[in-house]
Amino acid sequence: MTRFLSDSAIERLREAADSPYLTGTRYRLVDKLGQGGMGGVFRVEDTALDRQVAMKVISVADPDGTGCARLLQEARIIAKLEHPGIVPVHDAGLLSDGRPYYTMKLVQGQRLEERVATVPALSDRLRIFLRICDAVAFAHAHGVLHRDLKPSNVMVGPFGEVLVMDWGLSKLVAEKAESSVSQSAGLSPKKLGNTATAHGTVLGTPGFMAPEQTRGESVDQRADVYSLGAILQSLSAEASPVPRALAAIRKQAMAEDSAGRYQTVTDLATDVAHFLDGLPVSAYPEGLVTRCWRWIVRNRVWILLLLAYVVARALLIFFRPR
Amino acid sequence: MNKALLGLILGGILGVFDGLSAWFTPAARPEILGIVMGSTVKGLIAGVLIGYFARKVNSLALGITFGLGVGLILAYAVAAMQPGPNHYYFEIMLPGGLVGLIVGYVTQRYGRGPSPTRA
Repeated sequence: MTRFLSDSAIERLREAADSPYLTGTRYRLVDKLGQGGMGGVFRVEDTALDRQVAMKVISVADPDGTGCARLLQEARIIAKLEHPGIVPVHDAGLLSDGRPYYTMKLVQGQRLEERVATVPALSDRLRIFLRICDAVAFAHAHGVLHRDLKPSNVMVGPFGEVLVMDWGLSKLVAEKAESSVSQSAGLSPKKLGNTATAHGTVLGTPGFMAPEQTRGESVDQRADVYSLGAILQSLSAEASPVPRALAAIRKQAMAEDSAGRYQTVTDLATDVAHFLDGLPVSAYPEGLVTRCWRWIVRNRVWILLLLAYVVARALLIFFRPR
Repeated sequence: MNKALLGLILGGILGVFDGLSAWFTPAARPEILGIVMGSTVKGLIAGVLIGYFARKVNSLALGITFGLGVGLILAYAVAAMQPGPNHYYFEIMLPGGLVGLIVGYVTQRYGRGPSPTRA
């Protein structure tokens, strides 16, 4: 049949089929925001509350229905994570055509990589990074791994709010088998726009994925630490030269062996915060001279004042009237 | 340590050293004890005033200005009380002002402010 239809017509039909069928719901379709691996994200109007929200709906092509289960699981995972740095879920359910959906806060802002282009100061970028760490550490504390942290999955709002998005690959640590989600969801690398190894399906984004994740091995929170290290690298790439302590933090966060990394996101955030405050960081052991110099730099104002006092006193003694 | 106490201790210590510097003036050596005591009391008064100000006003610029002012005024008073025709205003007020400046900075930058009141 398709030979009687042009490609563009087929594409339009596919888009129409993918669009959520909202009859009988409180939502009204506004436009499409984007297409993810499992489904599309649409801007809809919540007519009951008179506000716009984002709605994620599973794509039509879900023959075995596991994608639907995955979407609802994603909604439930995000719903567990009530944190200012994690986009909140408002509602979840089934459309009249049987497809599951969930609605979430419509985030207006810029992707991290767009935002940092307007934030030249390294310290400001690192403060944004710490907010990302806060959200991820919170998720870890609730047993949730993100597994796809990258700059394009972080939004920065107009008032500086930082939101970690796209928890579509997230998993509860308590889940039994690491690969179960990807296998049961039937998500091919092509659909996700990610890569696969010879060992099978791999979820994540090259360059931001921990080596063990790339190999399709079991991952834990240290995989997210690696991804955060990669984000830190992208945030500080333009700093020239990169301060040695910061480079050491990056290196430890992105260690090939997960045992050599920061064991928790909190540890990583603590080191970055110490770096920002001019304090020693655990990733970069310092010698006595460096430590003394750091102390002097941190306390330079009152040391200079004290020196000024001593010099003034010395001059007065030296030039005292005879 | 609260700011008033920090100011008191720092003012006292700097006052002691300020007084001891008189030892380098041979003519003043016989009266070194009185000078050190007077200088210490001056430092304590300046320190507690500046520290109290730091508890009430959270501003580095105002704290430093207030410290400088208190240091200069107290040093002026000491200089004015000097017997004889020579009051050494410059020699006494310059270090006195610097001591006030240091205490003003340190009490604003360090030390614990008042606890927030509960509603």
